[in-house]
Amino acid sequence: MTTLHPGTAPPVASAGDGLATVTVRGLSHWYGTGSMERQVLQSIDLEIHPGEVVLLTGPSGCGKTTLLTLVGALRQVMEGSVRVLGCELKDSSRHERQLLRRSVGMIFQGHNLLRCLTAEQNVQMGADLLPDLGYRARRDLSREWLRAVGLSDHLSKLPHDLSGGQKQRVAIARALAAHPRLLLADEPTAALDSRTGREVVDLLKRLARDEGCAVLMVTHDPRILDVADRLVRMEDGRLWASEASLG
Amino acid sequence: MTFWQGRRIPLAWLLLTRQPMRLAVALAGITFAGILMFMQLGFRDALFDSSITVHKLFDTDLVLLSPRTKSSISMTGFPQRRLVQAMADPDVAGITPVHWNLLLWRNPKTKGTRSILALGFEPRDPLFIDPAVTALAPRLTQKGRVLFDDQSRDEFGPVAQWFRQGRTVESEVAGKRLRVAGLFSAGASFGADGNLLTSRETFLSLLPNTPPGSIELGLIRLRPGADAARVVERLQGLLPQDVSVLTKQGFLDLEMDYWRSSTAIGFIFTLGAAMGFVVGCVIVYQILYSDVSDHLPEYATLMAMGYSLLTLLGVVAREGLLLAIFGYLPAYAAGQVLYAVIHAATKLPVAMASDRAITVFLMILVMCMGSAAMAMRKLGDADPADIF
Repeated sequence: MTTLHPGTAPPVASAGDGLATVTVRGLSHWYGTGSMERQVLQSIDLEIHPGEVVLLTGPSGCGKTTLLTLVGALRQVMEGSVRVLGCELKDSSRHERQLLRRSVGMIFQGHNLLRCLTAEQNVQMGADLLPDLGYRARRDLSREWLRAVGLSDHLSKLPHDLSGGQKQRVAIARALAAHPRLLLADEPTAALDSRTGREVVDLLKRLARDEGCAVLMVTHDPRILDVADRLVRMEDGRLWASEASLG
Repeated sequence: MTFWQGRRIPLAWLLLTRQPMRLAVALAGITFAGILMFMQLGFRDALFDSSITVHKLFDTDLVLLSPRTKSSISMTGFPQRRLVQAMADPDVAGITPVHWNLLLWRNPKTKGTRSILALGFEPRDPLFIDPAVTALAPRLTQKGRVLFDDQSRDEFGPVAQWFRQGRTVESEVAGKRLRVAGLFSAGASFGADGNLLTSRETFLSLLPNTPPGSIELGLIRLRPGADAARVVERLQGLLPQDVSVLTKQGFLDLEMDYWRSSTAIGFIFTLGAAMGFVVGCVIVYQILYSDVSDHLPEYATLMAMGYSLLTLLGVVAREGLLLAIFGYLPAYAAGQVLYAVIHAATKLPVAMASDRAITVFLMILVMCMGSAAMAMRKLGDADPADIF
């Protein structure tokens, strides 16, 4: 896969040897103010290394998604430290977070594809974020990614002509087309049947591994836990147990 | 990197064109607004143009007027000496003193009277650009003869018709008997329903109270290649304050400004155009606002992917620009057709003036970009943290 993006360096400082992709230290987060204040995260510590696939599980409302949005630079950090790809997110500016997000791929519960764009154009919206790459190169890159997720026959289809699994695969291609160093996925199999979900997760893991891209995935789905290098369980805003690597 | 290499997915274009019905509604709305503005502004300009039907005919480069003259219906006299003084300027080639007043013309058929614009000049002096008038002017040397405007309104009587039939047409103006010696073509204007030309001698006999040596309009013709604006400046320095010097265009503008500011015409038609503008704004805003609202999760997704808010504002702005261009083109075409139809039906001087074409385009552009700017505020609601 590396031959597909000639001369593209990750725009944000690369997570080199020994440097974790994500380092979270003493992270706490609240919603609401005054009497409505509710703590959702309490002193979270977490590390994710390059190429590692980490699954985050736990009951709904325990703060998994909040953690994901904080690591994904979608929310301002209140207390504690979050370093992603060598960039400290505590006290970061809106612009710094926006630039960092270009190196973080995101896959959502829904596919969140742009309805007015074809599969190929959707993936190219990801590839368009790459600097110093000509239009044709970005288009070819998008096609390569769609081929990699097995959709080379559906390049010019609009999202509503694709099945749920196909849409989620387009979303994966889009996330990876921007050449991310970290991939965040929020229940990517929630809208899929078990077989399709399995396929999507396997694909995700294989492509992320080929790219050397770290993955943090939130999931409820017990059937896909085995893809994880490491399982992290969250309850009431705390990380309870980090189970040993499943290999 | 070239522009072509740097190009991106044309998101604005795709957002618009993937919903053809909505696009059609938007374009229909903009086109309608454009046509409305073309019509209203066209009518307004045509009516103002018709206020200077006579003014445009004068064979002149500069004019002298009394500073108290505000319009063709209130021409005030000034000393003819000033016009003669203007001859001192080396660039002045010729002058024509003109008397100008509204007189009561008696309809030779019904005997009713009606106000008509009478111009008095020396028949040997050039007056109108039209060579037909110059050819007929010698007929005025005989006292009591007039040239009658065959485009005058019918209320003045069947003068032109009778004259063409070879009848001797006589009428009474200010108690004096006058005979029609010929016909010329000018047309009715705001100030006068009809026009007649006569010699100074006849004119002064109709208005014996005119102060001696006083005229209402002085025509000044310049040598070829003379710079009119500089001659105006020189003459203003040369002549006392009791006359004002204008270019021919300045003379036309003075008359049009009078009708623009002292009648409701300008207001009514400008208001009509403004209504078109507002209707267009509402339609474009509705379209763009619902477009942004519908795509809010998608915009939020783009922000989560690392696109900046500025990029997304650019998308909405480009949607506005595209709507402006594609809404204007049919409005322009329809405007051309409607102007042709109106001209054929009313003889009003309506045509697609380039400045109006540009004005309407700018109005549509402001309409679309303003609406886009309003719709952009909705983009602030796109919080990428909410989409998980």
